[in-house]
Amino acid sequence: MIDESTTNSEVVLEVEDLVVHYELKNETVKAVNGVSFSLTKGRSIGLVGETGAGKTTTALAIMNLVPKPPGVIKSGTIDVCGYKMLELKPKQLEKIRGKEISMIFQDPMTSLNPVIPVGDQIAESVRLHENVSASQAYDRAVEMLELVGIPGERAGEYPHQFSGGMRQRVLIAIALACNPRILIADEPTTALDVTIQAQVLNMINDLKKKFGTALIMITHDLGVVAKMCDDVAVMYAGRIVEKGTLEDVFNDTKHPYTEGLFNSLPDISKKGTDLKPIPGQIADPTRLPEGCAFAPRCRYATDACREKPPTIHQISPTHFVECTAYDDPGFHIEGWQNHG
Amino acid sequence: MSREQMTAVTQKQGQSATLASRRYKKKSGFVESWNRLKTNPGAMFGLIVLIIMVLLMIYSFLFITKDDVMAINSGNRFKPPSAQHPFGTDSMGRDLFKRTIYGTRYSLTVGFFSVAFGFIVGVFFGTIAGYFGGWVEEIIMRVSDVMASIPGMLLGMVIVAVMGPSFLNLLLAIGISNISGFVRMARASVLSVKGSEFVEAARAIGMSEMRIAFSQVLPNSLSPLIVTATARIATSVLAAAGLSFIGFGVPVPLPEWGALISDGRSYLSLAPHLTLFPGIFIMLVTFACSLLGDGLRDALDPKLKQ
Repeated sequence: MIDESTTNSEVVLEVEDLVVHYELKNETVKAVNGVSFSLTKGRSIGLVGETGAGKTTTALAIMNLVPKPPGVIKSGTIDVCGYKMLELKPKQLEKIRGKEISMIFQDPMTSLNPVIPVGDQIAESVRLHENVSASQAYDRAVEMLELVGIPGERAGEYPHQFSGGMRQRVLIAIALACNPRILIADEPTTALDVTIQAQVLNMINDLKKKFGTALIMITHDLGVVAKMCDDVAVMYAGRIVEKGTLEDVFNDTKHPYTEGLFNSLPDISKKGTDLKPIPGQIADPTRLPEGCAFAPRCRYATDACREKPPTIHQISPTHFVECTAYDDPGFHIEGWQNHG
Repeated sequence: MSREQMTAVTQKQGQSATLASRRYKKKSGFVESWNRLKTNPGAMFGLIVLIIMVLLMIYSFLFITKDDVMAINSGNRFKPPSAQHPFGTDSMGRDLFKRTIYGTRYSLTVGFFSVAFGFIVGVFFGTIAGYFGGWVEEIIMRVSDVMASIPGMLLGMVIVAVMGPSFLNLLLAIGISNISGFVRMARASVLSVKGSEFVEAARAIGMSEMRIAFSQVLPNSLSPLIVTATARIATSVLAAAGLSFIGFGVPVPLPEWGALISDGRSYLSLAPHLTLFPGIFIMLVTFACSLLGDGLRDALDPKLKQ
């Protein structure tokens, strides 16, 4: 699959038509319904969307970590550096997780093992994937700690002795200890306060550039996306509704949902104006409508939108939008800049 | 590309970093727990009593022969405590002090090894049941239920009756009756930990399920198990004494504490010291274990720093 000679555009991740459902006793939660995207070496993509849009499930599926049961991967292929993640045996998966692809979880308070000193937790990650002695692994752990800005002599301390931001940095150190090609960051800053957020994001950015790691940034914060990502994929009800480069999506917004997201951001230059939230609630993933899942909340929705699944339109070589309204060549959204 | 660079850098820094990190390493763990344990007077009392017991046991191995505790001296019966016989003498004129001291080897080893046996077997299966769930859990828990449904004393009697009264069988009998308690406890404790996010994080760095169960989840479930274990040492010492008391433990003339009390029971009004001193020893050991257990629970929890 991978052509090693073309390093610049080397595809490290290819997700094709991923469908993940959670099959509970009484109902089926359709969390992810046909997601496709790819990521080349060193680039970063932001998965944006409301809570329940299927962002985290997509990330877990990429690692093949969807809890089964109740999770069922209905269809799709996931290719991580040439490995078909969904077809591998557990032993092979363990070799890839942490080595080729790593993940930072949302809550740094609970993602570290409270009874193991942080240095040992980083060293563990190294020892799992590299044939090194315990003391070499520990040396690497100390090095990684210093790389994320924590003094090496604190390696022997326990997680509860660190602040939230430092713990998140420890998690980053663990995730990057084996220098993976892909890093998935699942809302890495949601649990942190704003000043620490900036520090952590800067650090992820620096390390990503330093090691050439590709990044999947999962967030509901458009500011984070603007700061961190080359590409953006906006998710709604388990589908990517708009996908493109940062400029495509931010400056040439096409999908009504993306427009709604921007409209619901406060703008400091427009004091006194009301925010425009998107009306309604996110679609119930157990009872998705026949047509476009966003149609019930969409002010441009037509009967066609409600009746048949949305169609995909290519705006430019990099910019895709999934919206039936664009069947009419004259259609355009009002544009979020105009509302501001 | 940068991947190789990074490995090369690490290897190059290997030697110099080794020296540096030595300083950082392992001030943690044992030393810190010990420091916390030291500040707990109850636990220290328990520890000191147990150390004295162990020293007495070593003393008995070195200086008290089997003849000393078995030789009958009918001219010397029922002597009250005196300088020559600190605990007095029993119905056959044997020195009770020597017999009690000699008995430490039975009670302490039964207490320790039967619990260790029950702990290792029980925690192993309990962790697997709790972590993996499904039919594995069903099988383990049902077997454990069956074992728990038989009273420990009865189970001990059955095992000894089938295999014959010997010290090893006594130890095994009590050890087996300890298993199911640890299975339940470990399972419950593991269940409460296995949903934690750090378990998911461990999967994400490629750790195998077995390793997560035993190196990530189990250490977090350990503190209630350790407290149970120390409490179990106390009950196991009592169980051994009980089985010996009714004649299912250590063969009769040997001075197990329960057997000593059983001996002295017939002469309770004539020579109360015969039951008093072994009784005090049993009490001291069980009490010390409980105190130490409580102290260990606090000391082993890294979150309870002052």
